[in-house]
Amino acid sequence: MTEHVLRVEGLARRRRVNHLMESLAWLAAVIAIAILAIVVWSVARKGWSELNLDLLTKSPIPFSLTNAPQGLSNAFAGTLVIVGVATLMALPVGILVAVYLNEFAPPSIRTGVGLVLDVLAGVPAIVVGIFVFVLLVAGSGQSGLKGAFALAILMLPFVARTTIEVLALVPNALREASLGLGIPQWRTTLSIVLPRAAGGILTGTVLAVARVAGETAPLLFTSSLVGNQTSWNPAHALQTIPVAIFELSESPDPKDHARAWAAGFILLLFILCASLTARWLATRNARKIAGR
Amino acid sequence: MSTTIEPTMRVEARRQPMPPRERLEPVFHVESLDAIYGTKPAVKDVSMEIYKNLVTAIIGPSGCGKSTYIRCFNRMNDLIPSFRQTGTIKYHDTDICASNIDPVAVRRNIGMVFQRPNPFPKSIYDNVAWGCRVLGMKDNLDDRVERALTQAALWDEVKDRLKASGLSLSGGQQQRLCIARAIAVEPDVVLMDEPASALDPIATQAIEQLMHELKSQYTFIIVTHNMQQAARVADMTAFFSISRGAEGERWGELIEYDATEKIFTAPGDKRTEDYVTGRFG
Repeated sequence: MTEHVLRVEGLARRRRVNHLMESLAWLAAVIAIAILAIVVWSVARKGWSELNLDLLTKSPIPFSLTNAPQGLSNAFAGTLVIVGVATLMALPVGILVAVYLNEFAPPSIRTGVGLVLDVLAGVPAIVVGIFVFVLLVAGSGQSGLKGAFALAILMLPFVARTTIEVLALVPNALREASLGLGIPQWRTTLSIVLPRAAGGILTGTVLAVARVAGETAPLLFTSSLVGNQTSWNPAHALQTIPVAIFELSESPDPKDHARAWAAGFILLLFILCASLTARWLATRNARKIAGR
Repeated sequence: MSTTIEPTMRVEARRQPMPPRERLEPVFHVESLDAIYGTKPAVKDVSMEIYKNLVTAIIGPSGCGKSTYIRCFNRMNDLIPSFRQTGTIKYHDTDICASNIDPVAVRRNIGMVFQRPNPFPKSIYDNVAWGCRVLGMKDNLDDRVERALTQAALWDEVKDRLKASGLSLSGGQQQRLCIARAIAVEPDVVLMDEPASALDPIATQAIEQLMHELKSQYTFIIVTHNMQQAARVADMTAFFSISRGAEGERWGELIEYDATEKIFTAPGDKRTEDYVTGRFG
């Protein structure tokens, strides 16, 4: 082959443009990573002085004039309870909605309800908060349960949407295999389709939990007038990490600020762990399905 | 060893002469069946009888509605929202197309093996046992599984690893597993929608052989695009072709239905002859 054959019009320019675009894409990736790194690092640095076991185990002592150790155990307990109850509410409903839409509903209903889910997913958290406030809180007081209800509303479309997506990934051949044996559709869904989709549903749930764990606005309306004692009882208003961060940030005491940063750092860690768990579950499930 | 290649002649030699048509017992009686997707007809005006303990092949070019047609026999098309059909398919004396007939009951009697092997993501044992268990056939489950796998000519290959995933098998083994799964629940009829199209010749032969061996107990309807396969396994053959309307619409139509030998040696219709001799355009 002669050199003549390889000569292409404007090759040098193309190469330069290609190089430029590649560098821009690389830069964008670096920026995304850098932002995360800066956020994590600055949160950790500012909360470092209060980042210890006391933060998790000791109750807060407001207006404390001594150096007695204090923490935010009430907020951690409250977040665990409220997010846990919210998941218990949203998960079954979300899965059932998804199963109905993907397995049983005619296409027209599927599109219609799918649109409703998208709208619900777009409702701002503060609107959900004030809705639950008017519906449940006004006149009867706050409670962890009501906060969980507000978070469940936020979780529901998220869980339903991801479940629909994983159900749609279950090959039709599997449904046909079961139906072809003369097995009723409900049994096919329960024993063949859902187990196959379980990993994906779990992944979606973990991500939904991570998402609402940091919600503040709905909880301000529903579960924010709280004492400093650690309580696990969702019938009472419970302190939560996001609300605690919000309140501590308004305190004049710099130690409170540090505690807010430290709590924020733990929330970040939690979300990071949840995402990693979700990924791990997804790969493990994919491997299990492939029969390896 | 089921993996040794046996010459086709041996399969041919096993074919017993077909009893005269009037002595055959019909299982299905199809009467002016139209199958329609939305507004597009897939097959039009099919009438035929399918006989007990025979292998009936449905052949024809791509797009002639063979698969749509065979899926009418166990109401599999019900899963497609835009699908509807007119006419009747009588299974013995029951019109299985009627809206008051539960498709689950139809499929309980009329099993199906699909084009691509589709084992459940379960163990080999559970692939066969699960259906029996759910359908209440729980007595002697181990025997039942062994019998079905033996009938499907798979037992010797898997008896030492029944707990392994069904998906760890090769394609041909998976398809035989699907056949075992279908016959373990003791259907009356087994529908096969191009069961060998994704398989190599050796696996194909294994499946053809087991159809020969099992047809004394079951009635088989097999869709195939492979004419040699129809000639090898089928007692009766139905040839479907594509008809075109005035406005360019296309639908499948039953052209000829007769004993396999007749279809391949002395077809009554020019279109059948063109197709089986490879002159099809």
